[in-house]
Amino acid sequence: MSVFIIRRLLQSLGVIFVMSMIVFFGVNVVGNPVDILASDDMTQEQIQAFVARLGLDRPIYEQYWYFVLNALRGDLGNSFVFAEPALKLILQRLPATLELALASMFLSVVIGIPLGIYAGLRPEARSSKVIMASSILGFSLPTFWVGLMFIMVFAVMLGWLPSTGRGDTTELLGIQVSFLTWDGLQHLLLPAINLALFKMSLVIRLARAGTREVALQDYVKFARAKGLSARRVVLVHIMKNIMIPVVTVLGLELGGVIAFSVVTETVFAWPGIGKLLIDSIQLLDRPVVVAYLIITVLMFILINLVVDILYSVLDPRVRLKDVKS
Amino acid sequence: MNAGKQPTLEVEDLRTHFFTKAGVVKAVDGVSFAVGQGEVLGLVGESGSGKSVTGFSILGLVDPPGRVVGGRILFKGEDLVPLGEDRMRALRGSRIAMIFQDPMMTLNPVLRVDTQMIEAILAHRKVSKAAAYDRARETLMRVGIASPDERLRSYPHQFSGGMRQRVAIAIALLNEPDLIIADEPTTALDVTIQAQILYEAQKLCRETGTALIWITHDLTVVAGLADRICVMYAGRDVEQGTVDQVLDHPLHPYTHGLIGSVPSRNRRGARLQQIPGMTPSLLNLAPGCAFRSRCPRATDRCEAEPTVTMRGDGRRVRCFNPVDADVSA
Repeated sequence: MSVFIIRRLLQSLGVIFVMSMIVFFGVNVVGNPVDILASDDMTQEQIQAFVARLGLDRPIYEQYWYFVLNALRGDLGNSFVFAEPALKLILQRLPATLELALASMFLSVVIGIPLGIYAGLRPEARSSKVIMASSILGFSLPTFWVGLMFIMVFAVMLGWLPSTGRGDTTELLGIQVSFLTWDGLQHLLLPAINLALFKMSLVIRLARAGTREVALQDYVKFARAKGLSARRVVLVHIMKNIMIPVVTVLGLELGGVIAFSVVTETVFAWPGIGKLLIDSIQLLDRPVVVAYLIITVLMFILINLVVDILYSVLDPRVRLKDVKS
Repeated sequence: MNAGKQPTLEVEDLRTHFFTKAGVVKAVDGVSFAVGQGEVLGLVGESGSGKSVTGFSILGLVDPPGRVVGGRILFKGEDLVPLGEDRMRALRGSRIAMIFQDPMMTLNPVLRVDTQMIEAILAHRKVSKAAAYDRARETLMRVGIASPDERLRSYPHQFSGGMRQRVAIAIALLNEPDLIIADEPTTALDVTIQAQILYEAQKLCRETGTALIWITHDLTVVAGLADRICVMYAGRDVEQGTVDQVLDHPLHPYTHGLIGSVPSRNRRGARLQQIPGMTPSLLNLAPGCAFRSRCPRATDRCEAEPTVTMRGDGRRVRCFNPVDADVSA
């Protein structure tokens, strides 16, 4: 397995290299940041000095070369707008997004799996039909609209929960987190549920389909014939078998949520990286966009690796090996 | 069966029906038999004759839309049909165990063998995990599995089919049940493994006094294994007796046809006889003898439901025109 992991990490380096090239050249095609960043009262000389300071007067391949050299030293360039390292900007915002993503993931698993198993065990029950119908809503209602409705109902009309920001944060292992304070938790709740709805629906449907299939298997009947309690049959024999598709989808979704929770972050003014990305694109802050995308790729690679390792934990028939072409 | 002693299991006129949207499927519709201590009963019939459903009915594992609608299942004198789920669960795997047909499917693929064996013990006994492990180890050795410690740490997919069935049998034996229901446990195995397992099953029953119901469609299997045979057709028991009685002098035309369709050394070169027609659909089965459309001895009387005739020698047959009677009768 360690060979598998090392090989995977080496492959990832290749992916990151190719990715960085595409992104770097890609963002250079879009617009001219000087037009946006230079103020109107600058003289031509001042503008030229500004361009030279940003390194934009060099040919593009030379810019890329310096970018790679710096990147190898852990420097992904300075933001045009904030004049701070792009990486630092992203890492400052990342905990907020990670917290939101993990909270929504947690909600979708903790609520979605039991509901899905329940609906799978009693497909004919009225309550199961209600669950399944709600999951269709969870799928199809647009996130931004649900977010706005949440704010309207729970923040404006009922006044139960705050609508924007992170609230009080505390430091946990050097990272600012919201969920440890009551105020932070209140701030976290609405955006987390908003972000969780889609995934929760997905988990419900996967868990239900898996349960319906597994419940008919001989080994479930055999487990019952052994005289095991219904609780053990469901929680051990059925649940362990339905986790594989759930983990696959959640892994992909987690990457997606971290990278693209833009909508929810915008609606709830959550200070995460999604909002940073949108701002940076609008201001043509190239280094931040490039750094953001490279970090995103890294994250996807890491999550996929973890999912692969989880497979072998969940299903003993999966053994991680190198596939030789 | 030992006369005077209470049989381990007595099934009386069992009826298990499935209430589907298309209609009522009478999977089991009047089956009676008994099996005593240390005795092996062969429950014989073709696919869809209700053998497996009979087995599941005894364990109380018939899932909706199926339901036991009539009859009694007396286990050591106690009727299991009205029993609650808790009491039934306590019996399952403890006093009554079951072995399934396909060994590839009966063990949970994602749980280790030790987990699956130990949980079966802990579900019924208050013992330590270590004691349960020792018991599992010992039972695996008993069914002929070498190096049990290594096997216990393995997952089912690392086993061959025959080995998995041995594990399933070991699981059935863990709590020393009074009755084992084996649902075609050797069908999926090759002939050598089949012979070994049959031999061991028989030996175990003799040694421990466990009653065994061996469900099969294979007459040659029961010939060597069972003490008594119960032949089922379309959800009913059509004939019962000792192995010798039934196989040497079948009374019911169906049994007669079944035996005629088995290849035998004595009839080399001759064409095998076959029973014409197909098993009837159990959905909305017409009244009367279910076999009459395929029966060479059928008469007008067979439009009525045949009742069970008890013979003096302990045999039972459900037929108006048994093979040894005159057709004119």
